[in-house]
Amino acid sequence: MLKPGQIAVVGAAETTKIGVVPELSQIGLHADAALNAMADAGLKPTDIDGLACVGPMMPQQVAHYLGITPRWVDGTGVGGCSFMLHVRHAAAAIAAGYCTTVLITHGESGKSRVGATPRPPEPESLAGQFEMPYGPFGPPTLFPIPVLRYMKERGVTDEDLATVAVVQREWAGKNPRAMYRDPITVADVLNSRMIAYPMRILECCLVTDGGGALILTSADRAKDFPTKPVYILGTGESVESTMVSQMEDFTSSRAFRVAGPTAIQAAGISHADVDHLMIYDAFAHLPLYGLEDLGFVGRGEAAAFIREGNTRPGGKLPLNTNGGGLSYTHTGMYGMFALQESVRQMRGTAPAQVEGAEIGVCHGVGGMFSASGTVVFSNQRP
Amino acid sequence: MLAPGRAKPKPTPETRHFWDGAKDGKLLLQRCGDTGRAYFPPRPFSPYTGSRNVEVFEASGRAKLYSYVIHNRPVPGFTPPYAIAVVELEEGPRMMTNIVGCEQTPEALVLDMPLQVAFEPLDEEITLPLFRPAKESA
Repeated sequence: MLKPGQIAVVGAAETTKIGVVPELSQIGLHADAALNAMADAGLKPTDIDGLACVGPMMPQQVAHYLGITPRWVDGTGVGGCSFMLHVRHAAAAIAAGYCTTVLITHGESGKSRVGATPRPPEPESLAGQFEMPYGPFGPPTLFPIPVLRYMKERGVTDEDLATVAVVQREWAGKNPRAMYRDPITVADVLNSRMIAYPMRILECCLVTDGGGALILTSADRAKDFPTKPVYILGTGESVESTMVSQMEDFTSSRAFRVAGPTAIQAAGISHADVDHLMIYDAFAHLPLYGLEDLGFVGRGEAAAFIREGNTRPGGKLPLNTNGGGLSYTHTGMYGMFALQESVRQMRGTAPAQVEGAEIGVCHGVGGMFSASGTVVFSNQRP
Repeated sequence: MLAPGRAKPKPTPETRHFWDGAKDGKLLLQRCGDTGRAYFPPRPFSPYTGSRNVEVFEASGRAKLYSYVIHNRPVPGFTPPYAIAVVELEEGPRMMTNIVGCEQTPEALVLDMPLQVAFEPLDEEITLPLFRPAKESA
């Protein structure tokens, strides 16, 4: 097992533009983010000897496009949290000596669809046979499938779900790069267009263009880089099912319950040590599941925790401080942007900086509760 | 016959019996021979123990409404609003389906309401197991 703080992030950047970027194709967004991250770290493509991006075939495309000759590659593609898994796998690879300097890239032309990869459901897959015939049409019709059950079991209301979006908009208001920044009220959310009952449009993530990249190396080398090192304390990962209808428990994600606690235990921290939290919010119910499944609150306590202001600016557990997938950006695979915000918070460079934050947890989801990855960061080496 | 346009499932050797059963008006599940527990979707081994000692059996078709969304936008084969539901079968497994024979509103679709399977042909090859409110609903 890796020791907390053995590996560090020494380069991190998003694409120069984010939101609507029709002038770049998907591979171009990967490259723009990668070049920015390499500039951040003071590295050139020839300095990179490990590469991870969401497959299939993407590591080859990105390596060739950027002029990288990797000794180690990872094309893990389990949805939007794939980057958390890349961080985990890269940390292990660096510690094992397979490579020294890993670049993780993401680019997605989610809105403009320039050179975008289609994601067709195969009619002979289990999801193609046992879900698609019943009329799901993209994540807004699938990800919220468990929500009514969660609301009934937990006593959660429409107002509670709306409050998640309201609080995240508060954070987005502090972030000039966020797509939506104007304050909203619970009534605004409840009166917004119903997409798939019980989810209104303001409870659904954005669809944008953008990308991001990270560079990891051993903590011993990290001090030679121009930016403040952000140490990886612990990581976790898991998967459950590609079919949301087959989740073991509609009120809790098994993948969350494995990945989150694994990372927190590996980091050797307690929940009370956490100064900053990111929970991938493809939809407004995700932070509720995340808070409970990672153990920040007890079962059924997440809605009240948010309602009482604990995750707001000035609250005791700042959550999704970039505005999240609901208000900041969501290209289709938001995990990279959650990681970027965690790194900014640890560097002390976030637009809505949490003063004195030393430990951050970044938790991602892939597919419809189908996968999960968690990374614990710190700006202090244990 | 259901309206055309729905995504059509393509059976595999491991799932063929389910679709053949649906065409005959039977909801076929599988049961783990070691634990006696039913499971879905079909596979030729038990997801509980990994044992290949499994059998196919006909389910009662009784279920309860477990969770759902009501989609408000047009999709080929569907007229909005329509519910995409998950039902919990009496035997334990859950499956995605549509609810027929009742209004597609939160008021009409009450969690845990009793349901009964209702087979609807998609075409000559494929019949889908849908669910309707059970007659003895009280």
